[in-house]
Amino acid sequence: MLPRDLKAEQFADYPPQARALAVSHLAALQQLPLSFVPSLLREVIDYDYKFPAERVAIDKELANLSSLSPPQLNDWFQAFSQLSLSSKLEQFDWMNQPARFVEQLSAYLWTTQQLDSFRKAATVYNDRLRSATPPDPIPVRRLGIAVIGQGVASYDAPLFRNLRPHGAYFASVKPDNGLTLLLNAVEARAKAHPAAYGHWYIDGGQPAGHSPMLTCVSYEGLEPVRAALLHNIQTEIQRPGMGPEELRTHLATLTPADLGMSKSGDEVLDRFQVRLLTEGSGTQIFSTTFAQWTAREALRRAQPLTMLVRFAPRQRQRPMNELLSTGHGTAELDFAGSLVDADMGAYYNWINQQRLPGAEQSAFLVWFEGHNQAIAIGPSIPRGSVSTTVADPGELAALVVA
Amino acid sequence: MTPAQQLARKLSRSRRDFLRDAAGLGLGSALMSSSPLLHGAVAAKKRKTIVITFGGGARDQETFAPEGQENIPNLLKELIPQSSFFTQVVNQGILGHYVATASLATGVYETLNNFSAVPPEHPTVFEYFRKDLHRPLSDAWVVAPSNGFNRIGESDYRSYGPGMGARVVLPKHLLGAAISGSSTDYQHLLSDNYETPLYAPQLAGGEVELQQLEMILKLSVDDFKAHARTISSPDELSMFIVRRLMQQESPSLLWITLHDIDIAHAGAYSLYVDAIRRTDRLCAELWSAVQSEPEYAGNTTMFILPDFGRDGDQDAGGNGFQHHRTGDVASRTTWMMAMGAGVRQGVVYDRPMQSIDLVPTLGAMMGFTPSLSQGKAIKELV
Repeated sequence: MLPRDLKAEQFADYPPQARALAVSHLAALQQLPLSFVPSLLREVIDYDYKFPAERVAIDKELANLSSLSPPQLNDWFQAFSQLSLSSKLEQFDWMNQPARFVEQLSAYLWTTQQLDSFRKAATVYNDRLRSATPPDPIPVRRLGIAVIGQGVASYDAPLFRNLRPHGAYFASVKPDNGLTLLLNAVEARAKAHPAAYGHWYIDGGQPAGHSPMLTCVSYEGLEPVRAALLHNIQTEIQRPGMGPEELRTHLATLTPADLGMSKSGDEVLDRFQVRLLTEGSGTQIFSTTFAQWTAREALRRAQPLTMLVRFAPRQRQRPMNELLSTGHGTAELDFAGSLVDADMGAYYNWINQQRLPGAEQSAFLVWFEGHNQAIAIGPSIPRGSVSTTVADPGELAALVVA
Repeated sequence: MTPAQQLARKLSRSRRDFLRDAAGLGLGSALMSSSPLLHGAVAAKKRKTIVITFGGGARDQETFAPEGQENIPNLLKELIPQSSFFTQVVNQGILGHYVATASLATGVYETLNNFSAVPPEHPTVFEYFRKDLHRPLSDAWVVAPSNGFNRIGESDYRSYGPGMGARVVLPKHLLGAAISGSSTDYQHLLSDNYETPLYAPQLAGGEVELQQLEMILKLSVDDFKAHARTISSPDELSMFIVRRLMQQESPSLLWITLHDIDIAHAGAYSLYVDAIRRTDRLCAELWSAVQSEPEYAGNTTMFILPDFGRDGDQDAGGNGFQHHRTGDVASRTTWMMAMGAGVRQGVVYDRPMQSIDLVPTLGAMMGFTPSLSQGKAIKELV
């Protein structure tokens, strides 16, 4: 089937809001090339479970497409139309399984050496869409905070190497009660600028006490889900015909209920958390990876105004000789390695934050937990500088958004 | 020149500059008047060739850039000064480790499913080598990292194919067979294959069986297990097997794919950097072993190259060092060093080349004709 053959009744299996949205923009969808439509439908089909920022983006994109005349659509999608797709892809049930189609499309583009052309077309399209649908101004300067090095007694190697050129290095931070001060600062922002999924607290371990106004995701909190996922995987990989791609397809179908999450929970957040574990690589194994990937996905999808990410020590990667000799005891923690992971993770958090609207006004703070080192980045902070100011983490959080 | 080509060239120039600063190497174009082989280093019949590929590239910022040089002291200070170093090796194929390694081994950008246990579609370097030079099975070996590589030794190409390729040994699979019972936690699964960490493919033949440990490697299962308990990573186990092969079989064509660096897929940066440091050490140890083995000393040419790179930090489609999914310039552009018999020392070459150029280069150096390869022999080496 090709997009021009789309009919309203074919969206019957979509969730209610997604169905209504697709049907209302059917005329535009029918005019788009097959190399593009499933990528859009992959977002639309999950519309009912999307964060508000994602819904706004989908609404704007579809409205823009519907506003374009046929010649304009031709112009916008010429590069996509020039890609050659197989008849097998055309015959795939891409309307009801758009994510699976996109996986197969990706493999096909790699195989036929069309990936670079697709990538270029997608980049041009995104730039054009961004110009046509500028983001709404945000009510407050975006603030990202990373707390790294939990449990590390001392560390002599330099920290924040990637971030130092972008802000001020503080070496006289007062560490007492620092995490609480930062959580208080985040809570204050949530009270001043209430927004659904607008203020996040991500913890790579056990979360500290925090305001219910914050959207909280933690590695420890998802331990039962991770265990259920492992059990599910072990069952699935025993099935005949199972392979890595089949397993990935299976994982993509899992719902919160499949992994034992309460049906009375926040379905949007629960689905987000399941995706962290089923789509993320290493998120099931290492808490530092979990924290970084959760931050990346939350920034990309929810576009929060405030995000505090606290990295916790991950389990130590046991060398092969230990695995052979001692079986499977309780996992030890790798404090120093986790600090290195988190230092890089904080850098990636900043990069991902800078991809969001208002980047030039956004602020970022990284604090070495329990110690006196921090890096502060903000529009009023001199780049590549060193500050001798004595301040606690809460005061630094206020400084970067000033 | 396209923007991508400009970026690739910039990467290449950076590597050259880094190497000049760190190792004091010269630029090769002025030295290219004739082939090093004309100076008569080695008779072809005695030549040994070792190829080390990294199934999991390392980026410049963790290696050749100033901030990364602390991670590769052996490459920088010991191996590169003895090498011809190629700064711009571009992989234009599919960036999955099995398919990319197959492409390196055939000299054709293979399009097989990266996650299927299928042979390469085109003849491998091992088949060309053995058929053209009438070499026995024992003269070509592959030491590969994970179960998914068990078909890398030979293609199913008509007139080549089954029985004409290399023997493949999978050290982790051997070890798995040697130890009784198996664990099923995440960490065990991760240890097989970092690219698909939650799934470990089952084997369907082609690997060296346990009883052959004793016949070929002269190693009892108990001794193998005992040694495995003294080492810390799968690549160290691979190097142990390589040393045994060099001592017991002395193959003329030995191909090793290292894989520890691919722990990057698990997202733990410190483990990725640790693996780079380990790989750096293992490469130097292998070169040292070459010098100490009578069959190899003085007549061995060794190549070291990643199969491709990893994603850059700034590409929104990726997640930095963790993967190689974007197809961006950083993930496609890598490097190669060649050292030993017949190779100029301490020279850097900037010109772009492709990863599929390796096989025709090996053919020209060793005396066989890889007729179906789509690459070009590297003129600086032949």
